[in-house]
Amino acid sequence: MKIHYGTALGAVVLVAVHILMRMTQNFGQSLQYQNVIANYHFLPYALMLEAVLILLSVHGFNGLRVILLELKQGSGYEKMVNYGSLAAMAILIAYGSRTILMAGMGVS
Amino acid sequence: MAVVTAPTSSEELITIEKTSGELNTITLRIARSNPAEGHETTYSEFKVPVKKWTTVLEAILYVKQNLDHAVAVRYSCRQASCGSCGMKINGKPSLACYTKVSELHSNIITVEPMNNFPIIRDLAVDFKQLISNHKKMKPFIIREDSEVTPESKEFIQTPKDVEKYLQFSYCIKCGLCNAACPTMATDTSFIGPQGLAQAYRYVADNRDKGKEDRLKIVDDAHGIWRCHFAGSCSQVCPKGVDPAMAIQLLRGYLLGFTK
Repeated sequence: MKIHYGTALGAVVLVAVHILMRMTQNFGQSLQYQNVIANYHFLPYALMLEAVLILLSVHGFNGLRVILLELKQGSGYEKMVNYGSLAAMAILIAYGSRTILMAGMGVS
Repeated sequence: MAVVTAPTSSEELITIEKTSGELNTITLRIARSNPAEGHETTYSEFKVPVKKWTTVLEAILYVKQNLDHAVAVRYSCRQASCGSCGMKINGKPSLACYTKVSELHSNIITVEPMNNFPIIRDLAVDFKQLISNHKKMKPFIIREDSEVTPESKEFIQTPKDVEKYLQFSYCIKCGLCNAACPTMATDTSFIGPQGLAQAYRYVADNRDKGKEDRLKIVDDAHGIWRCHFAGSCSQVCPKGVDPAMAIQLLRGYLLGFTK
Protein backbone atom coordinates (compact mmCIF):
# COMPACT_ATOMS: atom_id res chain seq x y z
CA MET A 1 0.00 0.00 0.00
CA LYS A 2 3.02 2.25 0.49
CA ILE A 3 3.42 1.98 -3.31
CA HIS A 4 -0.10 3.33 -3.67
CA TYR A 5 0.58 6.35 -1.46
CA GLY A 6 4.02 6.98 -2.99
CA THR A 7 2.80 6.84 -6.59
CA ALA A 8 -0.13 9.13 -5.73
CA LEU A 9 2.14 11.76 -4.20
CA GLY A 10 4.66 11.48 -7.05
CA ALA A 11 1.91 11.78 -9.65
CA VAL A 12 0.39 14.85 -7.95
CA VAL A 13 3.77 16.62 -8.04
CA LEU A 14 4.64 15.70 -11.64
CA VAL A 15 1.14 16.32 -13.02
CA ALA A 16 1.23 19.73 -11.32
CA VAL A 17 4.50 20.46 -13.15
CA HIS A 18 2.90 19.21 -16.38
CA ILE A 19 -0.11 21.54 -15.92
CA LEU A 20 2.10 24.50 -14.96
CA MET A 21 4.10 23.97 -18.17
CA ARG A 22 0.88 24.60 -20.12
CA MET A 23 0.77 28.02 -18.49
CA THR A 24 4.13 29.12 -19.87
CA GLN A 25 2.25 29.98 -23.03
CA ASN A 26 -1.32 30.43 -24.19
CA PHE A 27 -3.24 27.19 -23.50
CA GLY A 28 -4.43 26.77 -27.07
CA GLN A 29 -0.94 27.40 -28.36
CA SER A 30 0.54 24.79 -26.02
CA LEU A 31 -1.62 22.16 -27.71
CA GLN A 32 -0.47 22.96 -31.22
CA TYR A 33 1.23 20.08 -33.06
CA GLN A 34 4.78 21.48 -33.11
CA ASN A 35 4.61 22.48 -29.44
CA VAL A 36 3.39 19.04 -28.36
CA ILE A 37 6.14 17.33 -30.41
CA ALA A 38 8.70 19.74 -28.96
CA ASN A 39 7.81 18.43 -25.49
CA TYR A 40 8.88 14.95 -26.56
CA HIS A 41 12.11 16.20 -28.15
CA PHE A 42 13.12 17.89 -24.90
CA LEU A 43 14.66 14.95 -23.01
CA PRO A 44 13.99 16.05 -19.37
CA TYR A 45 10.33 16.70 -20.21
CA ALA A 46 10.02 13.39 -22.06
CA LEU A 47 11.49 11.63 -19.02
CA MET A 48 8.99 13.39 -16.79
CA LEU A 49 6.12 12.22 -19.05
CA GLU A 50 7.49 8.68 -18.82
CA ALA A 51 7.59 8.99 -15.01
CA VAL A 52 3.97 10.27 -14.98
CA LEU A 53 2.96 7.32 -17.16
CA ILE A 54 4.60 4.81 -14.81
CA LEU A 55 3.27 6.44 -11.65
CA LEU A 56 -0.31 6.69 -12.92
CA SER A 57 -0.32 3.17 -14.36
CA VAL A 58 0.98 1.65 -11.15
CA HIS A 59 -1.40 3.74 -9.03
CA GLY A 60 -4.44 3.14 -11.22
CA PHE A 61 -4.06 -0.60 -11.67
CA ASN A 62 -3.07 -1.12 -8.05
CA GLY A 63 -6.24 0.74 -7.05
CA LEU A 64 -8.33 -1.40 -9.38
CA ARG A 65 -6.62 -4.53 -7.98
CA VAL A 66 -7.54 -3.49 -4.43
CA ILE A 67 -11.18 -2.80 -5.40
CA LEU A 68 -11.43 -6.22 -7.04
CA LEU A 69 -9.84 -7.91 -4.02
CA GLU A 70 -12.37 -6.25 -1.73
CA LEU A 71 -15.27 -7.37 -3.91
CA LYS A 72 -14.50 -11.07 -3.85
CA GLN A 73 -12.08 -13.38 -2.09
CA GLY A 74 -10.48 -16.72 -2.85
CA SER A 75 -6.89 -17.75 -3.60
CA GLY A 76 -7.46 -18.50 -7.32
CA TYR A 77 -9.39 -15.29 -7.86
CA GLU A 78 -6.84 -13.21 -5.94
CA LYS A 79 -3.94 -14.66 -7.94
CA MET A 80 -5.76 -13.89 -11.17
CA VAL A 81 -6.46 -10.30 -10.09
CA ASN A 82 -2.85 -9.75 -8.95
CA TYR A 83 -1.25 -11.09 -12.13
CA GLY A 84 -3.94 -9.56 -14.35
CA SER A 85 -3.33 -6.09 -12.88
CA LEU A 86 0.43 -6.50 -13.22
CA ALA A 87 0.07 -7.53 -16.87
CA ALA A 88 -2.33 -4.65 -17.65
CA MET A 89 0.08 -2.25 -15.95
CA ALA A 90 3.02 -3.52 -18.00
CA ILE A 91 1.06 -3.38 -21.28
CA LEU A 92 -0.06 0.22 -20.67
CA ILE A 93 3.45 1.33 -19.70
CA ALA A 94 4.92 -0.40 -22.77
CA TYR A 95 2.35 1.17 -25.10
CA GLY A 96 2.77 4.65 -23.56
CA SER A 97 6.57 4.39 -23.62
CA ARG A 98 6.40 3.41 -27.28
CA THR A 99 4.47 6.65 -28.00
CA ILE A 100 6.95 8.78 -26.04
CA LEU A 101 9.94 7.11 -27.74
CA MET A 102 8.49 7.36 -31.26
CA ALA A 103 7.51 11.02 -30.81
CA GLY A 104 10.91 11.76 -29.28
CA MET A 105 12.73 10.16 -32.20
CA GLY A 106 10.50 11.85 -34.73
CA VAL A 107 8.93 8.60 -35.95
CA SER A 108 5.25 8.98 -36.76
CA MET B 1 -47.69 12.36 49.76
CA ALA B 2 -47.68 9.09 47.79
CA VAL B 3 -47.01 5.95 49.76
CA VAL B 4 -45.20 3.19 47.92
CA THR B 5 -45.65 -0.32 49.16
CA ALA B 6 -44.19 -3.48 47.70
CA PRO B 7 -46.80 -5.45 45.75
CA THR B 8 -47.45 -8.92 47.04
CA SER B 9 -47.81 -10.65 43.67
CA SER B 10 -46.87 -10.03 40.04
CA GLU B 11 -50.57 -9.64 39.15
CA GLU B 12 -50.85 -6.81 41.64
CA LEU B 13 -47.69 -5.21 40.22
CA ILE B 14 -49.17 -5.11 36.73
CA THR B 15 -52.48 -3.71 38.03
CA ILE B 16 -50.71 -0.91 39.88
CA GLU B 17 -48.59 -0.04 36.86
CA LYS B 18 -51.53 -0.05 34.48
CA THR B 19 -53.51 2.32 36.67
CA SER B 20 -50.57 4.65 37.13
CA GLY B 21 -49.96 4.61 33.37
CA GLU B 22 -46.37 3.49 33.65
CA LEU B 23 -46.72 0.38 31.55
CA ASN B 24 -46.50 0.75 27.82
CA THR B 25 -46.84 -1.91 25.14
CA ILE B 26 -44.50 -2.14 22.21
CA THR B 27 -44.33 -4.40 19.20
CA LEU B 28 -41.12 -6.39 19.15
CA ARG B 29 -40.23 -7.74 15.70
CA ILE B 30 -37.67 -10.51 15.93
CA ALA B 31 -35.83 -11.78 12.85
CA ARG B 32 -36.12 -15.55 12.70
CA SER B 33 -33.89 -17.71 10.56
CA ASN B 34 -32.16 -21.05 10.62
CA PRO B 35 -29.61 -21.24 7.79
CA ALA B 36 -28.59 -24.81 8.73
CA GLU B 37 -32.12 -25.93 7.88
CA GLY B 38 -32.34 -23.64 4.87
CA HIS B 39 -34.96 -21.36 6.43
CA GLU B 40 -35.01 -17.82 5.09
CA THR B 41 -35.42 -14.83 7.37
CA THR B 42 -38.94 -14.08 8.55
CA TYR B 43 -40.10 -11.67 11.27
CA SER B 44 -42.19 -12.68 14.27
CA GLU B 45 -44.11 -9.92 16.01
CA PHE B 46 -44.83 -9.88 19.73
CA LYS B 47 -46.66 -7.42 21.97
CA VAL B 48 -44.44 -6.79 24.95
CA PRO B 49 -45.26 -4.72 28.07
CA VAL B 50 -42.36 -2.43 28.93
CA LYS B 51 -41.48 0.12 31.57
CA LYS B 52 -39.29 3.20 31.30
CA TRP B 53 -36.18 1.23 32.21
CA THR B 54 -36.87 -2.00 30.28
CA THR B 55 -33.96 -2.95 28.05
CA VAL B 56 -34.30 -4.60 24.66
CA LEU B 57 -32.75 -7.75 26.12
CA GLU B 58 -35.41 -7.83 28.85
CA ALA B 59 -38.08 -7.45 26.17
CA ILE B 60 -36.62 -10.38 24.24
CA LEU B 61 -36.40 -12.46 27.40
CA TYR B 62 -40.05 -11.62 28.14
CA VAL B 63 -40.91 -13.10 24.74
CA LYS B 64 -38.77 -16.18 25.45
CA GLN B 65 -40.37 -16.66 28.85
CA ASN B 66 -44.00 -16.01 27.99
CA LEU B 67 -44.67 -16.05 24.26
CA ASP B 68 -42.15 -18.12 22.29
CA HIS B 69 -39.48 -20.23 23.98
CA ALA B 70 -37.76 -20.99 20.69
CA VAL B 71 -36.27 -17.52 20.09
CA ALA B 72 -32.48 -17.97 19.89
CA VAL B 73 -30.49 -15.21 21.58
CA ARG B 74 -27.06 -15.14 23.21
CA TYR B 75 -26.66 -13.20 26.45
CA SER B 76 -24.92 -13.43 29.75
CA CYS B 77 -23.99 -10.55 32.08
CA ARG B 78 -26.86 -8.12 31.28
CA GLN B 79 -24.58 -5.18 32.13
CA ALA B 80 -22.54 -4.49 28.97
CA SER B 81 -19.50 -6.35 30.24
CA CYS B 82 -19.51 -9.67 28.44
CA GLY B 83 -20.29 -8.54 24.89
CA SER B 84 -22.65 -11.46 24.19
CA CYS B 85 -25.91 -9.74 23.25
CA GLY B 86 -24.81 -7.72 20.22
CA MET B 87 -27.53 -7.41 17.59
CA LYS B 88 -29.07 -4.93 15.17
CA ILE B 89 -31.71 -2.90 17.00
CA ASN B 90 -33.82 -0.78 14.66
CA GLY B 91 -31.02 -1.10 12.11
CA LYS B 92 -28.12 -0.08 14.35
CA PRO B 93 -25.65 -2.55 15.86
CA SER B 94 -26.11 -2.27 19.63
CA LEU B 95 -25.92 -4.30 22.83
CA ALA B 96 -29.45 -5.42 23.74
CA CYS B 97 -28.69 -5.20 27.46
CA TYR B 98 -27.38 -1.65 27.12
CA THR B 99 -30.22 -0.27 24.99
CA LYS B 100 -33.36 0.84 26.75
CA VAL B 101 -36.63 0.53 24.85
CA SER B 102 -37.56 4.08 25.91
CA GLU B 103 -34.46 5.61 24.27
CA LEU B 104 -35.46 4.21 20.86
CA HIS B 105 -38.52 6.50 20.72
CA SER B 106 -40.56 3.97 18.78
CA ASN B 107 -43.36 1.59 19.56
CA ILE B 108 -42.05 -0.86 17.00
CA ILE B 109 -38.66 -2.34 17.70
CA THR B 110 -36.99 -4.61 15.19
CA VAL B 111 -34.15 -6.85 16.33
CA GLU B 112 -32.00 -8.67 13.82
CA PRO B 113 -28.72 -10.61 13.94
CA MET B 114 -25.53 -8.57 13.39
CA ASN B 115 -24.34 -8.03 9.85
CA ASN B 116 -21.02 -9.51 8.65
CA PHE B 117 -21.34 -12.59 10.87
CA PRO B 118 -22.66 -16.02 9.86
CA ILE B 119 -26.05 -16.61 11.50
CA ILE B 120 -26.41 -19.65 13.72
CA ARG B 121 -30.12 -19.14 14.43
CA ASP B 122 -32.39 -16.11 14.91
CA LEU B 123 -30.29 -13.52 16.80
CA ALA B 124 -27.31 -15.75 17.59
CA VAL B 125 -24.31 -15.34 15.28
CA ASP B 126 -21.02 -17.20 14.89
CA PHE B 127 -17.99 -15.44 16.46
CA LYS B 128 -15.36 -17.88 15.14
CA GLN B 129 -13.76 -15.42 12.70
CA LEU B 130 -13.70 -12.52 15.18
CA ILE B 131 -12.04 -14.64 17.87
CA SER B 132 -9.55 -16.11 15.38
CA ASN B 133 -8.60 -12.62 14.10
CA HIS B 134 -8.31 -11.40 17.69
CA LYS B 135 -5.94 -14.28 18.52
CA LYS B 136 -3.92 -13.61 15.35
CA MET B 137 -3.06 -10.16 16.75
CA LYS B 138 -1.25 -11.83 19.71
CA PRO B 139 -3.32 -10.00 22.33
CA PHE B 140 -0.76 -10.23 25.14
CA ILE B 141 2.48 -8.52 26.16
CA ILE B 142 5.44 -10.05 24.33
CA ARG B 143 8.88 -9.75 25.92
CA GLU B 144 11.74 -11.97 27.09
CA ASP B 145 11.79 -10.99 30.75
CA SER B 146 8.90 -11.16 33.16
CA GLU B 147 7.69 -9.12 36.09
CA VAL B 148 6.48 -12.14 37.99
CA THR B 149 9.82 -13.75 38.88
CA PRO B 150 11.11 -12.89 42.39
CA GLU B 151 14.27 -11.16 41.14
CA SER B 152 12.49 -8.93 38.60
CA LYS B 153 10.86 -5.54 39.09
CA GLU B 154 7.43 -4.54 37.82
CA PHE B 155 7.29 -2.76 34.46
CA ILE B 156 6.63 0.80 35.48
CA GLN B 157 4.53 3.03 33.19
CA THR B 158 3.76 6.71 33.47
CA PRO B 159 0.11 7.86 33.20
CA LYS B 160 1.02 9.18 29.73
CA ASP B 161 2.23 5.71 28.64
CA VAL B 162 -1.03 4.19 29.86
CA GLU B 163 -3.14 6.84 28.17
CA LYS B 164 -1.80 5.75 24.75
CA TYR B 165 -3.60 2.42 24.84
CA LEU B 166 -6.03 2.50 27.78
CA GLN B 167 -9.27 3.10 25.88
CA PHE B 168 -8.46 0.25 23.48
CA SER B 169 -8.13 -2.17 26.38
CA TYR B 170 -11.82 -1.59 27.17
CA CYS B 171 -12.85 -3.75 24.18
CA ILE B 172 -15.30 -6.48 25.22
CA LYS B 173 -15.20 -8.30 21.85
CA CYS B 174 -18.92 -7.82 21.27
CA GLY B 175 -18.35 -7.55 17.50
CA LEU B 176 -20.54 -4.45 16.99
CA CYS B 177 -17.66 -2.63 15.25
CA ASN B 178 -17.19 -5.50 12.81
CA ALA B 179 -20.95 -5.58 12.19
CA ALA B 180 -20.97 -1.85 11.35
CA CYS B 181 -17.86 -1.98 9.12
CA PRO B 182 -18.69 -1.47 5.41
CA THR B 183 -15.41 -3.09 4.32
CA MET B 184 -16.25 -6.29 6.22
CA ALA B 185 -19.51 -6.47 4.24
CA THR B 186 -17.59 -7.17 1.03
CA ASP B 187 -14.16 -8.36 2.17
CA THR B 188 -14.77 -11.45 4.27
CA SER B 189 -11.01 -11.90 4.84
CA PHE B 190 -10.57 -8.39 6.31
CA ILE B 191 -9.13 -8.48 9.85
CA GLY B 192 -11.76 -5.96 10.94
CA PRO B 193 -11.75 -2.98 13.30
CA GLN B 194 -11.82 -5.15 16.44
CA GLY B 195 -8.64 -7.04 15.54
CA LEU B 196 -6.82 -3.94 14.30
CA ALA B 197 -7.71 -1.94 17.42
CA GLN B 198 -6.36 -4.78 19.54
CA ALA B 199 -3.15 -4.86 17.48
CA TYR B 200 -2.75 -1.13 18.19
CA ARG B 201 -3.51 -1.62 21.89
CA TYR B 202 -0.41 -3.85 22.25
CA VAL B 203 1.80 -2.00 19.74
CA ALA B 204 1.24 1.23 21.70
CA ASP B 205 2.02 -0.43 25.03
CA ASN B 206 5.64 0.42 25.90
CA ARG B 207 6.04 -2.81 27.91
CA ASP B 208 5.51 -4.83 24.73
CA LYS B 209 8.34 -5.93 22.42
CA GLY B 210 6.24 -7.64 19.75
CA LYS B 211 5.58 -4.57 17.60
CA GLU B 212 7.41 -5.85 14.52
CA ASP B 213 5.52 -9.17 14.59
CA ARG B 214 2.14 -7.46 14.83
CA LEU B 215 2.91 -4.89 12.16
CA LYS B 216 3.85 -7.72 9.79
CA ILE B 217 0.51 -9.43 10.50
CA VAL B 218 -1.61 -6.33 9.85
CA ASP B 219 0.38 -5.24 6.76
CA ASP B 220 -1.46 -7.76 4.59
CA ALA B 221 -3.64 -7.70 1.45
CA HIS B 222 -6.70 -8.00 3.73
CA GLY B 223 -5.17 -6.10 6.60
CA ILE B 224 -4.96 -2.53 7.78
CA TRP B 225 -4.93 -0.88 4.33
CA ARG B 226 -8.43 -2.12 3.55
CA CYS B 227 -9.94 0.32 6.08
CA HIS B 228 -11.69 3.19 4.26
CA PHE B 229 -12.06 5.21 7.45
CA ALA B 230 -15.86 5.27 7.35
CA GLY B 231 -15.77 5.54 11.15
CA SER B 232 -18.92 3.41 11.71
CA CYS B 233 -16.98 1.14 14.06
CA SER B 234 -16.32 3.98 16.48
CA GLN B 235 -19.94 5.19 16.26
CA VAL B 236 -21.38 1.91 17.54
CA CYS B 237 -18.84 0.88 20.19
CA PRO B 238 -20.70 0.59 23.53
CA LYS B 239 -17.48 0.99 25.52
CA GLY B 240 -16.29 4.23 23.93
CA VAL B 241 -13.40 2.60 22.08
CA ASP B 242 -12.41 4.36 18.85
CA PRO B 243 -11.18 1.59 16.52
CA ALA B 244 -11.09 3.96 13.53
CA MET B 245 -8.54 6.09 15.35
CA ALA B 246 -6.54 3.02 16.39
CA ILE B 247 -6.30 2.00 12.74
CA GLN B 248 -5.02 5.43 11.69
CA LEU B 249 -2.49 5.46 14.55
CA LEU B 250 -1.35 1.96 13.61
CA ARG B 251 -0.85 3.15 10.03
CA GLY B 252 1.48 5.79 11.48
CA TYR B 253 3.77 2.99 12.70
CA LEU B 254 3.74 1.29 9.30
CA LEU B 255 4.46 4.50 7.40
CA GLY B 256 7.23 5.47 9.81
CA PHE B 257 5.50 8.56 11.28
CA THR B 258 5.39 6.92 14.71
CA LYS B 259 8.29 4.99 16.22
